[in-house]
Amino acid sequence: MKAQGTVFKYGSNVDTDVIIPARHLNTSDPAELAAHCMEDIDADFISKVKAGDIMAADKNFGCGSSREHAPIAIKASGIACVIAATFARIFYRNSINIGLPILESPEAAAGIRSGDEVEVDFSTGVIVNKTTGESWTAEPFPGFMQEIIAADGLINYIKQGGMA
Amino acid sequence: MGMTMTQKVLAAHAGLESVRAGQLILANVDLVLGNDITTPVAVTEFRKIGIDAVFDKAKVAIVPDHFVPNKDIKAAEQCRYIREFAREKDIENYFEVGEMGIEHALLPEKGLVTTGHLVIGADSHTCTYGALGAFSTGVGSTDMAAGMATGKAWFKVPSAIKFNLVGKPGKWVSGKDVILHIIGKIGVDGALYQSMEYSGEGLQHLGMEDRFTMANMAIEAGAKNGIFAVDEQTLAYIADHSTKEFTVHEADADAEYDEVYTIDLSTIRPTVAFPHLPDNTRTIDEVGEVVIDQVVIGSCTNGWIGDIRMAAGILKGRKVAKGIRVIVIPATQKIYLQALEEGLIKDIVEAGAIFSTPTCGPCLGGHMGILAKGERAVSTTNRNFVGRMGHPGSEVYLASPAVAAASALTGKITSPEGLDA
Ligand code: SF4
Repeated sequence: MKAQGTVFKYGSNVDTDVIIPARHLNTSDPAELAAHCMEDIDADFISKVKAGDIMAADKNFGCGSSREHAPIAIKASGIACVIAATFARIFYRNSINIGLPILESPEAAAGIRSGDEVEVDFSTGVIVNKTTGESWTAEPFPGFMQEIIAADGLINYIKQGGMA
Repeated sequence: MGMTMTQKVLAAHAGLESVRAGQLILANVDLVLGNDITTPVAVTEFRKIGIDAVFDKAKVAIVPDHFVPNKDIKAAEQCRYIREFAREKDIENYFEVGEMGIEHALLPEKGLVTTGHLVIGADSHTCTYGALGAFSTGVGSTDMAAGMATGKAWFKVPSAIKFNLVGKPGKWVSGKDVILHIIGKIGVDGALYQSMEYSGEGLQHLGMEDRFTMANMAIEAGAKNGIFAVDEQTLAYIADHSTKEFTVHEADADAEYDEVYTIDLSTIRPTVAFPHLPDNTRTIDEVGEVVIDQVVIGSCTNGWIGDIRMAAGILKGRKVAKGIRVIVIPATQKIYLQALEEGLIKDIVEAGAIFSTPTCGPCLGGHMGILAKGERAVSTTNRNFVGRMGHPGSEVYLASPAVAAASALTGKITSPEGLDA
């Protein structure tokens, strides 16, 4: 499974309130949430992002509350994958569970800039920066995790007979 | 390469000989927990799966505790939603108000969690059971739904920080002071993704309640879990509370740790976390004059019988300072009853404090003691974030039950040490 797209790069400690501000949590509709994704630190994000694009960030991405609305908003915006140096752990879980692929690689996070064209292979963990020619290998997802992502989240994965 | 204690528990539940940090695994869970805030979302997700029954009706625990007894109509509706689910699925461990307690105190007390267990809970303080030598961690509502359906959860295997405990703590130093000291030292993200593993000869001086308090606050250092080496005290506790089969896991001698800290318990002073982060700590000697409006003694951190005894012991025969609201909340009905039988409630009420039925209540700014703008509370709870206990302009100072009770008598943050005489 692969993704390729243009990168939107952010810094450290991007919290769940930045990803989707609490004032928009009166809905759980993915499209409505996506319309406000990242608006407090990158007002242009939602108008620029195309389906298949990639988000990258430095340390502790998704820190703060355990709201599943945060990865839902990112996914619904069209982002195909998030690469970060580190993720806050409940965000990490929630992303996988709702079917948003994420990869952790401090080296890749340091070597990727906004606007770069990046290709990610979820089965091998290989991240290639097509703009600079650099590449890195993140811990690849084991088979069952790839299946969760492919099934579009944990609930669908179970419906298809997964986790048995 | 050897495994840490946490890695041992995870490997055993994943049916693997060994696991290493960073590995993603699928593991069997011994218990899936939810409360009145997170369970409604999980129930909705569970229903989407389209199966009839939970994986094991004895291995799901649903504990309405946050806004219970129902504080308003919305809380009542949420509780009704999960009560109906519990009835429909014949959930054995659903606890109604008369038999309940704050989830993280209730589960060990009922013997539902034991040594070597793997527990997930849709509540961040699920890490509390690490005191028993179990692996337990907080997850999202989707995980809870999946856990109820399949009995499994996926994990990324954590690396660990080892805390080698030595020395004996002073009379007024409790597990709360030790964990506040540690969080002050490593910071609120000091253990991000990692396990906090406690062992060493100093452990013998920390009772089970101290260990629950310390494991409870692992999340306040960003940790995935906190876990304690199993000793005679652990085994005695589980013999008293649980009939479930248990397994004692030990860290390998060559287990690799990201960091090892030696904590000399004899040097730790009563410690207070100032607003608005648990790592903003000062020793009682550095506190200065902090005038308060309210004292809360309770929560999953410090609502144990020992905490109620400590509070009652300090309040007995004395009076709370004029104008100070003092709220004491036992964590479970059993603790409530024990406090009644030991005469502790009388001591507390006669001193001018109130004694509440078990609830999370003020800990998360739910009910039973919300702060107004500009008010300050000394609280034995675990978080002092902006607005945690009420108005965003209020302040919470985290402390031990001894410091909280001593402060109740003076109306400002006070060391219990002066009460010795
Ligand atoms: S007492 Fe506080 S920290 Fe503990 S479960 Fe309740 S709300 Fe959460």
